[in-house]
Amino acid sequence: MGSNRCCSEYVPAKGETVIGIITAKSGDVFKVDYGGSEQASLSYLAFEGATKRNRPNVQVGDLVFAQFVVANKDMEPELVCIDGSGRANGMGVFGAAGLLIKVSLGLVRRLLAPHSDLRADLEQLFPCELVVGMNGRIWVRAASVQQTLILANLLQSCDTMTAPQRQQLFRRIQMGAL
Amino acid sequence: MKDTPLSNCERDFLLKAIEEKRRLDGRQTYDYRKIKITFGTDYGCCFVDLGQTRVMAQVSCELVAPKESRPNEGIMFFNLELSPMASPAFEQGRQSELSVKLNRQLERCLRNSKCIDTESLCVVSGEKVWQIRVDVHTLNNDGNLMDAASVAAISALCHFRRPDVGIQGEEVTVYSPEERDPIPLSIYHMPISVSFAFFQQGTYLLVDPCEREERVMDGLLMIAMNKHREICSIQSSGGIMLLKEQVMRCSKIASVKVSEITELINKALLNDKTARKAGGRCGFAESMPQERITALKMDQTSVEMTDVSETVSSIVQTAEAPPQTVPSPLVPVPGVGQIGEGLCNTWGLEEEEEAEEDDGESSGGDSVAEVTKMEKEQHKDDKSRKVDVVEILDSDEEEADVVILYPETTKKAKNIGTGQKGAATSRKQQKK
Repeated sequence: MGSNRCCSEYVPAKGETVIGIITAKSGDVFKVDYGGSEQASLSYLAFEGATKRNRPNVQVGDLVFAQFVVANKDMEPELVCIDGSGRANGMGVFGAAGLLIKVSLGLVRRLLAPHSDLRADLEQLFPCELVVGMNGRIWVRAASVQQTLILANLLQSCDTMTAPQRQQLFRRIQMGAL
Repeated sequence: MKDTPLSNCERDFLLKAIEEKRRLDGRQTYDYRKIKITFGTDYGCCFVDLGQTRVMAQVSCELVAPKESRPNEGIMFFNLELSPMASPAFEQGRQSELSVKLNRQLERCLRNSKCIDTESLCVVSGEKVWQIRVDVHTLNNDGNLMDAASVAAISALCHFRRPDVGIQGEEVTVYSPEERDPIPLSIYHMPISVSFAFFQQGTYLLVDPCEREERVMDGLLMIAMNKHREICSIQSSGGIMLLKEQVMRCSKIASVKVSEITELINKALLNDKTARKAGGRCGFAESMPQERITALKMDQTSVEMTDVSETVSSIVQTAEAPPQTVPSPLVPVPGVGQIGEGLCNTWGLEEEEEAEEDDGESSGGDSVAEVTKMEKEQHKDDKSRKVDVVEILDSDEEEADVVILYPETTKKAKNIGTGQKGAATSRKQQKK
């Protein structure tokens, strides 16, 4: 969407984890769109347990949770799905049956903050899975399609609410009004 | 710049949700998003918001020579532009496929339906006719640009006023809006397009698809109709096979939607007319709500206010006395000033013992004695004056220091100055 006021462009930074979409497979490298001005590259060896013979099962259009190892203004950004010791540590391909939404960078940081009350409020609602990328992308999955949609819409509207408004809204949902 | 690609999981989720008859924003299958129509200050300028999709239409007119095949009719010209502001996928200047398609659809909807009486646009047959030009600009793309564009175009045409003309023999005078009131166009009916998106080979349909739904759809059916239930244009794209019953059902839905939208347009036109008559503020600037956060706005935080006064007084009593502030610069030594809070400089006190041991103390002492003697003299001479600015050139110091002297602090300066000057010179000699 063009003039979405809440979303500013994400600038990659080394060590930040983001949700990327695989756009192309060229040789040994995947091209990943993370919402920035360029596409990042992700080597097929940068997955846990990947070797030259044992390639990871990654298709174009898949979602990956990866972190930046190279992210400066002079070079093409590079992503990897393993940490320093070679373990996945939660990164890699994911995404079956969930919904990807775009939110503002501020909301994402609020969610990932150490003692975030936004997260505490969300935990009270219903069981769900969330993958939060620092590039403003959130993947949600709940028990049913309706719950996933409710959660997605909640997160997008939480952005511009104050804490009491948000808590009031969450309470209404818990009572089953929506 | 390329648009964000659609991931597989989004596509799967959207299709699954549609099978369960759920839409992303919670609408029902046949629901339109909220439509908002506003007009600008000029006649013929119209903004339409369809949810987050935003388009603007502007109508203008010009006197030109008519087409040779139709010397009695005016000319209608339509132009729809996909601005890069609307979506990163739109590139400036390039005629993309979508742009061509939308232009064609808009033309068929408005021109071929003969909604405007073009013969009334004729001024002098064969020589001068009015050319009405409708420019539609897309400002934000959140799906279903076609419907928004058609609503904007027809609203703008209804809103537009062309200048009045007077014909006397061969002379044609165009009156300005101040001389004679401009005349509205003669519009027979209002064709409005309704879009239907089809999924899973035509099994499921949605009215007014948003941008993500448009990305996963198989095909699109666009029906342009007016409120008299006359179909002005039908177009099916995407190559899906539709059954006759489906098309009939869509046309029934379209007639309901078109009558609702036509009412909305008429209401908006009426509101604008009354606002203009009342002389109220209308136009572009007013139609933009100020939704920006321009200042740091925080909710009031509640503060615990019980026994504040007792706590405060106890704190004040137990606390130390605040450090004395020196209101004016204190000059311990030439070149060193002290102002404001803080303890008194203890340099001089510590270094006094050290300086006594040193050799270079005598010379330092002499110059300081000179300094203080000068100060004393100044003090005696200029008792009346409060502030003295005296340049003191010391033999030891390379720079000329401008020092502000006060009579009160002179003595203090003398005491400390001795030690400090001695210390300064002793250190200098140590360095050497």
